[in-house]
Amino acid sequence: MPLVKGGKIAADAFVHVADDADLPGDGALLVSAARFLEDPEALLGRAGKTGVIWPNNRDVDDLVPYLDRLAVVALVFPTFRDGRAYSQARLLRERHGFKGELRATGQVLRDQFVFMLRAGFDSFEVKKESDAEAFAATAKRYSVFYQPTGDGRITALHRRMQLRHSESAGP
Amino acid sequence: MTSPLQQKIKITGPSVVTANRTWDGVVIYRTAAGGWSTDLSDAAIVRAADEARALLAESVADDVGAVGAYIAPVEIKDGGSIEPGNLREQIRRQGVTIDLPVPA
Amino acid sequence: MYAYDEIDRTLINERVSEFRDQVKRRLSGELTEDEFKSLRLMNGVYLQLHAYMFRVAIPYGTLSSEQMRRFAHVARRYDRGYGHFTTRQNIQFNWIKLAELPDALADLAEVGIHAMQTSGNCTRNITADQWAGVAPGEIEDPRIWAELLRQYSTLHPEFSFLPRKFKFAITASEHDRAAIKVHDIGLRLHRNAAGETGFEVLVGGGLGRTPFIGKTIKSFVPGRDLLSYVEAILRVYNQYGRRDNIYKARIKILVHELGIEKFAKEVEDEWLAMRDSALTLDDSDVEDIRSRFTYPAYEKLPHMPEELKKAAHDPHFEAWRKNSTFAHKVPGYAIVTVSLKPIGGPPGDATAEQMDAIADLADKYSFGELRVGHEQNLALPHVARRDLPALWRALDKIGLATPNVNLVTDIIACPGLDYCALANARSIPIAQELTRRFANHDTANLIGRLHVNISGCINACGHHHVGHIGILGVEKNGEEFYQITIGGRADEHAVVGTLIGPAVPYGDVADVVEDLVEAYLALRARPDELFIDTVKRLGVEPFRERVYATR
Repeated sequence: MPLVKGGKIAADAFVHVADDADLPGDGALLVSAARFLEDPEALLGRAGKTGVIWPNNRDVDDLVPYLDRLAVVALVFPTFRDGRAYSQARLLRERHGFKGELRATGQVLRDQFVFMLRAGFDSFEVKKESDAEAFAATAKRYSVFYQPTGDGRITALHRRMQLRHSESAGP
Repeated sequence: MTSPLQQKIKITGPSVVTANRTWDGVVIYRTAAGGWSTDLSDAAIVRAADEARALLAESVADDVGAVGAYIAPVEIKDGGSIEPGNLREQIRRQGVTIDLPVPA
Repeated sequence: MYAYDEIDRTLINERVSEFRDQVKRRLSGELTEDEFKSLRLMNGVYLQLHAYMFRVAIPYGTLSSEQMRRFAHVARRYDRGYGHFTTRQNIQFNWIKLAELPDALADLAEVGIHAMQTSGNCTRNITADQWAGVAPGEIEDPRIWAELLRQYSTLHPEFSFLPRKFKFAITASEHDRAAIKVHDIGLRLHRNAAGETGFEVLVGGGLGRTPFIGKTIKSFVPGRDLLSYVEAILRVYNQYGRRDNIYKARIKILVHELGIEKFAKEVEDEWLAMRDSALTLDDSDVEDIRSRFTYPAYEKLPHMPEELKKAAHDPHFEAWRKNSTFAHKVPGYAIVTVSLKPIGGPPGDATAEQMDAIADLADKYSFGELRVGHEQNLALPHVARRDLPALWRALDKIGLATPNVNLVTDIIACPGLDYCALANARSIPIAQELTRRFANHDTANLIGRLHVNISGCINACGHHHVGHIGILGVEKNGEEFYQITIGGRADEHAVVGTLIGPAVPYGDVADVVEDLVEAYLALRARPDELFIDTVKRLGVEPFRERVYATR
């Protein structure tokens, strides 16, 4: 399952650690929410980076106290049709100011890449190789966006108003 | 929604597997030769749940060619001809029961 | 009506390209049906009994003559020469091929028409009063707000995979022609004591398996907070709506299970955290959309022009004028309802020829603008009263002047088992038979306003729950049976109808309706007491007795 980061296929620096497995040294690790919350300080206090996989049916509020020390938050799409992680992503980015890597996992498919980018995801555990290879092209499918999210893309409404101002500001 | 393969399959009489053709939506019936036909008289008949499940599984595996495969009842007439087993299948085979606003 | 600009058109074209790519990948096998189904639904493509069905959006029921002509083109080129107007102000084509859909979409995109989110678990077409902008006494044109909502909700990245479908409706008149009380979010535009424009927001209305009348969550949301408040509702729903059971996944179930107070608190808490966001609408934001709506250059015309005086001696014209034309907010003009319910015909259909003809009539008599109502009729919203006789003659020629608007033969019906894979029973032949039984217009006028709604299954696309007479198709031992309800209403006094007794077979339905009408005629207090009011006054019992006495 290829990881897409920075718009292209990349090596995954993080290792998924199963709940019952020992931590494999000081590298970058991804653990489940349950394991993380058992002893967050121990995990965050390690030399290596820590990421947590947060389930889509749990409030992100419980994660907020740790956001500034987490390298990765991985959210879950159990099926691509279950859109709860989009709300979680936006809350993490826009309300709680999470600056780390926000990773989409689960059934991550090509036709949801643009939605995910706009919701604030910046890395993707993509199910299909062909989708991962098409990531950059797919991200450019749309140039017009009607509604604002935290992604900084200008909305159609504001682009129109900009155009109107620049027209009226003419010679 | 449960997959047709997981649903309890109950056969009350002779049945066929039917679906819609992916590219144009036309009604099709699974044949014994492992293909599809738009003609009900070409359809493979199953009479027991196991047979039906197997035929359905093979039909569903043709995800490119067919959409929404399921098991439908038929009646076998005295002469051996296959007729739809309920109103819904009659409508699927013959078309709407009303006049279209323009000739089809 | 709203004029699409380069930016709006670019978005539609980008969507068409994306869908073309998705269809290509489906037909090549790169996408499985399981992966593709949601994608095609989000572009209005259903699978029905015989073929795919293609549902095209008519945002808040307003379209131009050019757009209507393009529907005629799609009907001819890609379908079987006709289309069906729906209870959500959309149009459906029943025989379209998946492989040809991208081309049909491209043809529609050229005139600013799309099919985005006309199906799927996302927000759907925002429906409005079909008399918006021309109804006397309207607070202001609700379509401006409907367009703001349409843009807000189109390809919204957070809300494209909701637990289930999500429908909005908006009204700005005392009399609710948009059925806002049976929508997931209903919006009633009004002014508060300080004269500010805002919305009463209702949530959790809906029909189907578990009908609910919407409850007021907030009595006044100022216009500037509309989008942020809606976002708060959608976010609560997206996170907490049930995803384990599709029959319990609508917001109405969440509202019912939490209770309206608790639900309102969840929304309020969410909203307080995000109210001063980029979603707050400045006056300039609203003005930008308002300025893109053009209105006709109405003339100063007399209320009783010569043409109308002369035509008054023609009883057929007068019958149509009294039935199908309505007061306009501008003196000298009228709103004309074009009945798509011909006697003996399927309700809500129009042929490509009729679509072209009515587009020409819209150009000639209605400043090029048409409307679609949720009751499946069309409307010409800006007709000069002096043009009514000429318009009537032209409509009559093409079979679109049946003077039965709001009468017993103005039936709302879903496509039913003739078309739909979800149906238990047919609805169109029932409607056709009913129109034949009550074909006599004098009889229909004697009966007065009577809304008959027919649904072929519990999904209630025919809105049977809120019909004065509601007919629901069910299946019993492989036969088509129908449950009959009476006393439902879809307007500002919305209420779900009451079952009158056991389901009756297909062949009895028209007789039952005749019995109900006879009972009403015998029981009404005065000739002008409507069927619905007689039912309210006397209850269901006297009607039940009449119908089941011999059954």
